[in-house]
Amino acid sequence: MPKDEIKQTFRLVGTRPDRPDGLDKVTGRARYGADFSAPGMLWASVVRSPHAHARIKKIDASKALALEGVKAVVTRADFPEVPAGEYWDLQENTIAGERALYDGHAVAAVAATSQLIAHDAARLIEVEYEILPHVTDVDEAFKMDAPVIREGAADYSVPEGSPPNVVKVLDFGRGDVEAGFASADLVKEGHYTTEATHQGYIEPHACVGQLGSDGKGEMWVCTQGHWYIRRMCAGVLGIEAANLRVTASEIGGGFGGKTTIFMEPLSLALSRKSGGRPVKLVMSRAEVLRATGPTASASMDVKIGMTKDGKLTAATAVFRMQGGAFTGSPVDAALNCAFACYELPAVHHLGYDILANRPKAAAYRAPGAPMAAFAVENLLDEMWGELGLDPLDARMMNAAKEGTKSSYGPTFKRIGFEETLEAAKAHKNLSVKLGPNQGRGVAAGFWFNYNGDTSVSLAVAEDGTAQVSVGTPDIGGSRASIALMVAETLGIEYEDVRVSVVETGALGVNEPTHGSRATFATGKAAVEAAESAIKDMCRRAAKKWGIDEDAVEWVDGAARPAGPNAGKFPPLSIVEIAAKMSSTGGPIAGHYEGNPPGVGESFGTHVVDVEVDPETGRTEILRYLVVQDAGRAIHPSYVEGQYQGGAVQGIGWALNEEYVYGADGRLQNPVFLDYRIPVASDLPMIDTVIVEVPNPGHPYGVRGVGETGITPPLPAVANAIAAATGIRMHSLPISPSKLLAAMNAKRKG
Amino acid sequence: MRYHTPATFADAATIAASAQGVTRFLAGGTDVLVQLRAGSVLPDDLIDLKHIPEVHSITRTADGGWRIGVAVSGASLGANKDLVADWPGVVEGMELVGSTQVQGRATLTGNLCNGSPAADSVPGLIAAGATVTVTGPSGTRDVAVQDIPKGPGKTNLKAGEVISALTLPARGKNAGDAYLRFIPRTEMDIAVVGVAVSLRLDGDKVAEARVALGAVAPTVLLSDACAKAIVGTTLDAKALDALGAAASGECNPISDKRGTKEFRIEVAGVLARRAAKIAYDRAKGAKA
Ligand SMILES: Cc1cc2nc3c(=O)[nH]c(=O)nc-3n(C[C@H](O)[C@H](O)[C@H](O)COP(=O)(O)OP(=O)(O)OC[C@H]3O[C@@H](n4cnc5c(N)ncnc54)[C@H](O)[C@@H]3O)c2cc1C
Repeated sequence: MPKDEIKQTFRLVGTRPDRPDGLDKVTGRARYGADFSAPGMLWASVVRSPHAHARIKKIDASKALALEGVKAVVTRADFPEVPAGEYWDLQENTIAGERALYDGHAVAAVAATSQLIAHDAARLIEVEYEILPHVTDVDEAFKMDAPVIREGAADYSVPEGSPPNVVKVLDFGRGDVEAGFASADLVKEGHYTTEATHQGYIEPHACVGQLGSDGKGEMWVCTQGHWYIRRMCAGVLGIEAANLRVTASEIGGGFGGKTTIFMEPLSLALSRKSGGRPVKLVMSRAEVLRATGPTASASMDVKIGMTKDGKLTAATAVFRMQGGAFTGSPVDAALNCAFACYELPAVHHLGYDILANRPKAAAYRAPGAPMAAFAVENLLDEMWGELGLDPLDARMMNAAKEGTKSSYGPTFKRIGFEETLEAAKAHKNLSVKLGPNQGRGVAAGFWFNYNGDTSVSLAVAEDGTAQVSVGTPDIGGSRASIALMVAETLGIEYEDVRVSVVETGALGVNEPTHGSRATFATGKAAVEAAESAIKDMCRRAAKKWGIDEDAVEWVDGAARPAGPNAGKFPPLSIVEIAAKMSSTGGPIAGHYEGNPPGVGESFGTHVVDVEVDPETGRTEILRYLVVQDAGRAIHPSYVEGQYQGGAVQGIGWALNEEYVYGADGRLQNPVFLDYRIPVASDLPMIDTVIVEVPNPGHPYGVRGVGETGITPPLPAVANAIAAATGIRMHSLPISPSKLLAAMNAKRKG
Repeated sequence: MRYHTPATFADAATIAASAQGVTRFLAGGTDVLVQLRAGSVLPDDLIDLKHIPEVHSITRTADGGWRIGVAVSGASLGANKDLVADWPGVVEGMELVGSTQVQGRATLTGNLCNGSPAADSVPGLIAAGATVTVTGPSGTRDVAVQDIPKGPGKTNLKAGEVISALTLPARGKNAGDAYLRFIPRTEMDIAVVGVAVSLRLDGDKVAEARVALGAVAPTVLLSDACAKAIVGTTLDAKALDALGAAASGECNPISDKRGTKEFRIEVAGVLARRAAKIAYDRAKGAKA
């Protein structure tokens, strides 16, 4: 159903060739974070706090340093003082200062000649703690008398007299909310909570860092964005950014969790202290779960008003989120996304960013949006259900569309939410009849998408093939998508384009692969770079033919005389032009540096069928449908992969994943055995429908698809469980224990 | 750490008896090596049993039972068709352990001696009436499987004692067994509750029964009350209700990250009913 103003059919865009990194990955040749080694390399191990909150009274490393093979120990004393702000927070999270702020907080690190010696040495470092009162629950942390994580962390937005762990307050909206509720026939409120979840990427964080006494360094690291690694490590260590060269490895998943630093500066600090030897640091799974960034836990109140026909009149949201011991929970994005799918005459948002004794939250796929959707779509479903309305029709009646003033401010340009609802309605899954204990749930979701700083360089080789250097690590198949767009633009074969993710020394600044931006922003930049190479080649042809360069056009991989000169000269192919490059002006290249404008939002609609075992409370996913607007699917397989992956992560979040803290503030489940992400056998094949409402802001219509897909599953699953059991679950995860208890309570009346 | 490869169980027992610090036997290593890598158990002496003859074999005993070597993996158990036909419940318990990779190494004895109340193969072994042969510095003795576990992570084996073989009794006619566990996912989880039922029929009536409950007390429980609830019945609705109530009544669980106390008590009853029905159908000839 492409609603297309721009070109409809393409030679390569929309096809499904093998990904260029495929062979390396299936044969084990691809190098991931832990696969790098260097001569003279040392291994590092990190000493972590076993306490949720404790004053560090003394660190005695003498026994560790006496062990043969140990080369260096670092503590916070080895880091320079940096002013309050982003780099102070990052430094404090990299290695604790006066206090350990969460279970797993790094306190010291050691480098030795083998991994075993490093681990033994870490056990020999003696740390004396004075245990302090702690708080891990978001609502507890919001209390006036909660243990204080950090004095003076609140910013200007926090009113006098607020609870001491509130560090940021957001308060915005538009329209007359009270009047909206007054005009409604049905007004309902609900309280909802979600537990923190981890991105659960399969590859743990790993790096090799090297830093000499001359202040020049290098790092090989598994990351979503190596320029961020460079900038953040430089800020934390007090070195110059350009003196640190960072190379990104292949990456076994990130989902936002690898857009920042955790232990990378430790390897550099250890290297500097051991005479510049390279230092390798690989996290265990337990370290990943305890000490890298999960997402926030949330406590949310939502109020919605609607007419008896189901038309929304007003809505409010009050969200409280803890993002660990530092400012930075995604409460702002959560509020902005909360009602973005719908037309609303009046809306108000209030949000609190709260500190707690937990690890520093990192981005996780559409940060904040899934929690918001859980609350809002859950209440909407309940209300429309009460009015006897079909969930897809009711959403259609209220759907945001071109020209809608969004709940968070801007007016939408061309968007495809309605098209996703139509496609969901037409899908065969909707006509499957459900049996006893089964239920169907619908939910919608939204993500802004993003552009960000982008640098790309493209060069034509002597034989007319093209190399593209990009700075956004390839997580979900972006090299394939970029190669397709460049080949389409240049008029050459997909196989004749090689896209490489290059190190920080090779390009201008690039933001990470985050915000669903790589195919949009890097793709657009690569197309612009190709266009400027084409311009150069047309200029060379014009010169050869002795005609004006504006009278040359580029068609099917060749320069052709156009307009009045059409047909006067035979076309000059890219191969012919490239062969003569040296004598016609030297290398042929194109590049782009900028922040490509024209971002297009992506909406999605999910429909899930579940069956609940009435005797155990266990929920089985019977079938699952993802419909989402991709703008344009450059490589449909990788778009489908994003849809399926988002759905699966959301299902895990809805049913079983959670950070479980004991009364002592320690994380109880820092292993995949007990941190229960879905396993393959838990799930049916996830059905996908790619809707294409092209984004006019991108040369091929791309919107970005990485994040929207994790937003609807939380409420979709909860809504399906409500349909199957008659019970509305307001708290995630909907674990068997919780659901069985709720079913028993209902049976008892 | 000292790594030993004794050639006999007597040697293994001698090494273990003289060891001073933390000692572990190495069968499949799927607990030992995981604990070692996590740093939670760092053995001073690691005694590998896989170099002792016969530890990899499964043999019929003279009376029609089975003798299973202490290094026989879950995958080899499952590949033995005759054993599966006799004791499908024992085998399905072991086959639930871990993944394909873990199945290639993990053993029944290791599962038992790791001492987890949630060990998946142990309820099936107890319901089956399995015994182990224990070799120690002062000779060998036979012990019922239910007498091995002492509490979470602890067994009643004395220092220097090693299990040298595991024996399943002859299955006999008109009998069947089954094991069910509850996990929130479909695999790669630790049982929140596990129930094994082994029974023999006389016509349509249950003549003998053994019921074992896992993950609902510090050790796997052999429940007489459960057996009594179904012996003499045709496993009709009333008997199943009585079984469920008896199973729930036996539970003495904790609440933890894997499930609440109330949940375990209730679901033990549910699984007991479901497992008993499967065992009954198998006794009637249904194939596993
Ligand atoms: C990924 C994964 C998933 C798992 N899933 C499950 C599961 O679903 N259910 C489950 O129950 N378990 C599970 N386990 C735990 C483990 O696989 C089982 O307990 C397994 O049966 C242990 O057997 P093993 O041969 O590997 O024991 P080992 O690790 O070799 O030994 C375990 C213990 O038994 C002792 N021991 C071994 N042999 C003897 C002997 N002959 N005499 C005396 N003591 C002995 C050792 O000293 C040690 O203490 C899982 C483990 C992993 C790594």
